[in-house]
Amino acid sequence: MVCLILGVPLAWVLARTEFPGRRLVRALVTVPLVLPPVVGGVALLLVFGRRGLVGEWLDQTFGFSLPFTTTGVVVAEAFVAMPFLVIAVEGALRGADARFEEAAATLGASRWTAFRRVTLPLIAPGVAAGAVLCWARALGEFGATITFAGNFPGRTQTMPLAVYLALEQDVDAAIVLSLILLVVSVGILAALRDKWVAA
Amino acid sequence: MSLEARLVIKRDGFTLDIELTAEPGEVVALLGPNGAGKTTALRALAGLLPLGEGSITLDGVRLDTLPPEQRRIGVVFQDYLLFPHLSALDNVAFGPRCRRVPRAEARQRATEWLTRVGLADHVRKKPRQLSGGQAQRVALARALAFEPRMLLLDEPLAALDARTRLDTRAQLRGHLAAFPGATVLVTHDPLDALMLADRLVIIEDGRVVQTGDAATITAEPRTDYVARLVGLNLYRGRAEGSTVTLPDGFELITATEQQGDVFVAFPPSAVALYPSRPDGSPRNTWPATVTTISRHGDALRIELGGGLPAAADVTPAAAVHLGLEPGREVWASVKATEVRAYRA
Repeated sequence: MVCLILGVPLAWVLARTEFPGRRLVRALVTVPLVLPPVVGGVALLLVFGRRGLVGEWLDQTFGFSLPFTTTGVVVAEAFVAMPFLVIAVEGALRGADARFEEAAATLGASRWTAFRRVTLPLIAPGVAAGAVLCWARALGEFGATITFAGNFPGRTQTMPLAVYLALEQDVDAAIVLSLILLVVSVGILAALRDKWVAA
Repeated sequence: MSLEARLVIKRDGFTLDIELTAEPGEVVALLGPNGAGKTTALRALAGLLPLGEGSITLDGVRLDTLPPEQRRIGVVFQDYLLFPHLSALDNVAFGPRCRRVPRAEARQRATEWLTRVGLADHVRKKPRQLSGGQAQRVALARALAFEPRMLLLDEPLAALDARTRLDTRAQLRGHLAAFPGATVLVTHDPLDALMLADRLVIIEDGRVVQTGDAATITAEPRTDYVARLVGLNLYRGRAEGSTVTLPDGFELITATEQQGDVFVAFPPSAVALYPSRPDGSPRNTWPATVTTISRHGDALRIELGGGLPAAADVTPAAAVHLGLEPGREVWASVKATEVRAYRA
């Protein structure tokens, strides 16, 4: 969800506008793709940690800190998974003919209306594909989460973290958890694929 | 709702600089070869390209400072750009919906427009299920349903096959006649321009080279491009009475008396070819060499090189009789009464 809200506008900006530093922004967006997730987690800690660049200010002004909280998990997973969405949506946007937006504008549609009623439906498959990739990546995310948010059962423990822990204590439980994860993932991916083919 | 515009756009070594006017109800065609700047001019009018200099005034209101969505100019794009995910009905209702017309009323209006263009049975279809001619009519209905102050058409018939084109052109003519505002039509097809427009503006290389109604332009072309479009041989020279001297010294006798710089034009069908020097009345006679032969309707179009490069139309029978082939030397002649001279 966070990825959709942040990622789609970001992709639009990257695909449709020209501004100095666009290449830098794109590089920053995609860097989590190539970065080992653990390093991503360390980077997040440096920025949002209690002594971090932004974190210290957040802590002092709002008495609020991200690391080792459920919100922290969301931030970590969004950070690592969003590039998948941004890249998929940006590709779809570049593929979609910008002249449809022009046609909409000549019919009196504002930029927002044109995006909502014309561009978004045109790129919907791309957005859906990006969202699924993004979700799948987030589901399997391990490194950044454990580094940035820790592994507290019921608060910041995600499935992969639980599997990792279980593997050391109870191999059978780990296998069961892994199977559940596998079945859920395959099930959802298969259902979504069928829906796209039908559409 | 009269249009007055001066459009100046510079980019990549190309400069468009034209003035354009259109009266309410008038259809003005921008005619020119590919790359002349016709579509650039149209996009500037619609607000999709910023003006370098100049202004656009419609009915006394400056438009060039407004974004496209506030100009209320209907555009029919060359490839129509119907929204592929919407039905024909929703495509046409899009404009009214953007103007905050309630959904039911917008659909009602869209249905009326689709009925008017003869597509009442196709309202539910998606654009990809429509034929080229139908898509063109949906695009026209979409542009008109939004009650524009001015209508712009970019090569409205270019994407259609020859038969559909004929029908669609006749229908389009009717719809344009019924539209109260000014219409600007861009085309490279002289037939479309002559059939649809009240006035032609011919642009070459970003500049207006000739304007006028169909009769003037077909009778008195002023550039080689226009002469080719309307199918005339055109030369420029100096007239003294009924004799016109061309720059290379060649003299043509005309039926009309003129003085000074003139254009001289005659149709290819007025040129007669002979195997040897003819005797008798034709006063403009010259030796020529056949360069190319091509089909032109029922006749053959012979391009002649030599003293006076010209095109001649002959019947296939005459061509066989004369043994015409590239490289063949013939005598060409044209009667003075067929040669028209007019001021340059």
